[in-house]
Amino acid sequence: MRVALAVPCYVDLLRPQVARATLLLLERLGCEVSLEFAAPCCGQPMHNAGDFDAARAAASNWAASAQRFDVVVMPSGSCTHHVRHHLPGLVAGATATHAAQVTFELCEFLAGPLGSAKLAGRFPHRVAMHLGCHAQRGLRLGGSSELHQPPSGPMHALLGGLEGLTLVPLDRPDECCGFGGSFAIGEPDLSVAMGRDRLTDYTAHRAEVLVSSDPSCLLHLEAIASRSAPTLRTMHIAELLEEATR
Amino acid sequence: MSRTHPAAAAVFLRDSERAAWHDEALWFVRQKRDTATALPEWEALRDAGAALKAHAMGRLAELLETFETHATAAGVVVHWARDAAEHNAVVLDILRSAGATRVAKSKSMLTEECGLNPVLEASGIEVVDTDLGERIVQLAHEPPSHIVLPAIHWKKEEIGALFHRTMGTPAGESSPEALAAAARDHLRDALLHADAAITGANALVAETGGVVVCTNEGNADLGMHSAPLHIVCVGIEKIIATLDDLAVLLRILARSATGQPITAYTTHVAAPRPGARMHVVLVDNGRSARLADPEMRSALHCIRCGACLNSCPIYRRSGGHSYGYVIPGPIGAILAPAVDLKAHHDLAFASTLCGSCGDVCPVRIDIPAQLLAWRGRAAAAGALPAGYAALIRRFGAILADRRRFDRAGRWARQALRLIPSALLTGRWNPWTRASRTLPVVPRESFREWARREGRLK
Repeated sequence: MRVALAVPCYVDLLRPQVARATLLLLERLGCEVSLEFAAPCCGQPMHNAGDFDAARAAASNWAASAQRFDVVVMPSGSCTHHVRHHLPGLVAGATATHAAQVTFELCEFLAGPLGSAKLAGRFPHRVAMHLGCHAQRGLRLGGSSELHQPPSGPMHALLGGLEGLTLVPLDRPDECCGFGGSFAIGEPDLSVAMGRDRLTDYTAHRAEVLVSSDPSCLLHLEAIASRSAPTLRTMHIAELLEEATR
Repeated sequence: MSRTHPAAAAVFLRDSERAAWHDEALWFVRQKRDTATALPEWEALRDAGAALKAHAMGRLAELLETFETHATAAGVVVHWARDAAEHNAVVLDILRSAGATRVAKSKSMLTEECGLNPVLEASGIEVVDTDLGERIVQLAHEPPSHIVLPAIHWKKEEIGALFHRTMGTPAGESSPEALAAAARDHLRDALLHADAAITGANALVAETGGVVVCTNEGNADLGMHSAPLHIVCVGIEKIIATLDDLAVLLRILARSATGQPITAYTTHVAAPRPGARMHVVLVDNGRSARLADPEMRSALHCIRCGACLNSCPIYRRSGGHSYGYVIPGPIGAILAPAVDLKAHHDLAFASTLCGSCGDVCPVRIDIPAQLLAWRGRAAAAGALPAGYAALIRRFGAILADRRRFDRAGRWARQALRLIPSALLTGRWNPWTRASRTLPVVPRESFREWARREGRLK
C-alpha cells in the first residue's frame, strides 16, 4: 500500500527517532512510504491557543499537502484528531474534507486499512499504556472509563498481541497526563502535577516501559520522569513495535 | 478572586498533600458515578436528557408562560427578573412586605450567582444557609467550591475547629457523626423559627406548574414546610416540558452527581400550603442571550450535577476557588466567559481539552468544543495578554511555512544544544519552572536525516 508519512512539527524537530521508527515499521509491513508530505504542521498549536486565523493558515497548507495522497499516516493521535475533526471547520472546501478522510493515526492505520491488528513480535517487559486523550476520547481509539468501556482499541490490541508483553493494570487508565499543548506552558504547575500523578500510577504498578501513541504526551512525561522516575523507559508505540518486530 | 487560574492553581498545589487529598476525594465521587451509571440504558438516558433539554430551550418562552399559567392558577405568585439586581430587589421586596427578618435558605447556585445573601444581610435580614456544606462555607465567609459539594475542600478536623468557634462544639471534636449532629441542632433551630424559606429548584415542570427540589438532607423540605412564606429562586433554563421529561432528569441527576440512584428527598411543590404564601422568581441574567448564541447555547442544558467537576483532572487539582467564578470546573469555564470575557478568559485555557467532561455530561454538553470556541472568541476580542497573542501569531507564521520552519528548527536545536542549560531553565521558562527538564535535542531533524539518506530531495 502506498502511504504518505506526515511527521508532526515537533516530532521532526525533537523526536526524529519516532518518525524513523514509524517509517521502518511501515516499510517492514510492506508499505511504500512517501516522505514528500510538505506541510510542517496541521495548525493545532495555534488553534488550541485561540488564534484561529494562524491555525487556518497552517491547516490549509496541511490540507493542500494531503491532496496528493490517498492515505496519510501520522504517529500522533492528537494531530490526527485535529486533522479529522477540526480541519474541515477551519478550512472551507474539498481539500480539508479529503485530508480528514485519508489521515490515520498509526495504530488505527495498522489495525484498519492495513489489516494488521496483531503483529508477530516479542517484547518481554511490563508495559504501561498511555493513550493520549485526543486518541482516546477524540478519535475513540480506546475504551473510556466515562463510557464504562474497558481499555481496548487498536493500540491495546497491538500491544496485547506481542509475546512476553505484560500490560500493567492502572488505577486511572485514561486520566490526562497534563500536556495539553499551550496548557503545558500556560498552567505549568498543574501540568506537572498531572504528569507526576500519571508517573506514580505507572511506577506503583511496576511498569518498566511507558508507551504512548502521542509523542507530545511523551515529551512532557519524559521531562518529569527524568527526575522523578529515571528508570522508567519511555517509548513511542512506533519505537516499541519496531523493536519488537525486528 | 482577581488572581488568574494558573496563579491560583499554583497556590493550591503548594500544599501537595492537600491537593492529592482533594483529588482523591473527588475521584472517589467520580468512581461512585461510574458505578451508578453503569446501566445498559445509560447512553440512551443521556440522549433523552440532551433531547428533553434541547426541546425545552427551543420552546423556552412558551413553556415558561405555560408554567406561569398553571402555577398562578394554583395560587403561586410568579415574578420575572431580567438580571441579578432585579432578582435581588424582587426577593427583598417580598421579604419586606411579609415583615420577614429570618430566612432559612436551602442550596441554590442561582442565589449565589445573583449575590443575594449580602443584599439581604445589608437590609437587616438574617440568612442561614441550611445545607450542611453551604452552612460550613457561610460560617467561614467563603463561596462554595463545588456546585453539589460546597465544602468539599474542608477537612473534618477543620470543620471541627470551625464549629467549635461558631457553635461551641467541644474543642478537638472532629467525628463526622458528632459534627453532623451539632449542625442538625443548630440548623433545626434556624429552620423552625424562620419567617421565610428560600429554595432553588432542580426543575420547573411546565405542564403542571410544579417546582421540583432535590436534596439529600431534607433541609429544603423542612424550610418550605415550616415557614409561612416560600420563595423559589430559579434560572429560566430549569424549565422542562412534562413529567415524563422529569422522570429522565431525575434518573440522570443523582447518578451523575453523587452516584446515588436518586436523591434522598425529591419534592414536588405544586401550590402553597393552606395559609402560607409561595413565590417563584424566574431569572434570566444572561440566559436568553446565551439562547441566541447557537454555538454556546447547549450550556443552558446543564442540570448542575457537578459530574464534569469531579471528572476534571484540573478541577480536582486546583479546587473550586481557583476559578474565580461562582460556578467552577469545566461547566463554569464555559459559563463565565459569557459573563465577562476579559475577566474570565483564563478559564477557557484551564483545560487540556482531554474530553472527560463531555463524556460524563449526562445531557451531552460538548464542553470541550465550547472551551475551544471561547479561546477563539477571547483571542478575537483582544482579551488575551498582548505578548501571548503576538507570540502565537509568530509561531503560526513559522509553522505554516516549510522553509521558515526548517530554518527556525535548525536554529532552535542549535540554541538548545549550545546555550548552557542553566540559562534556559530560569524562572522565566514555564517548561522547566515546575521541574521539567529540557528535552534532549537530536543532532538532525527527521527531514535532515531523510535528505542525507537520499529519501527526500
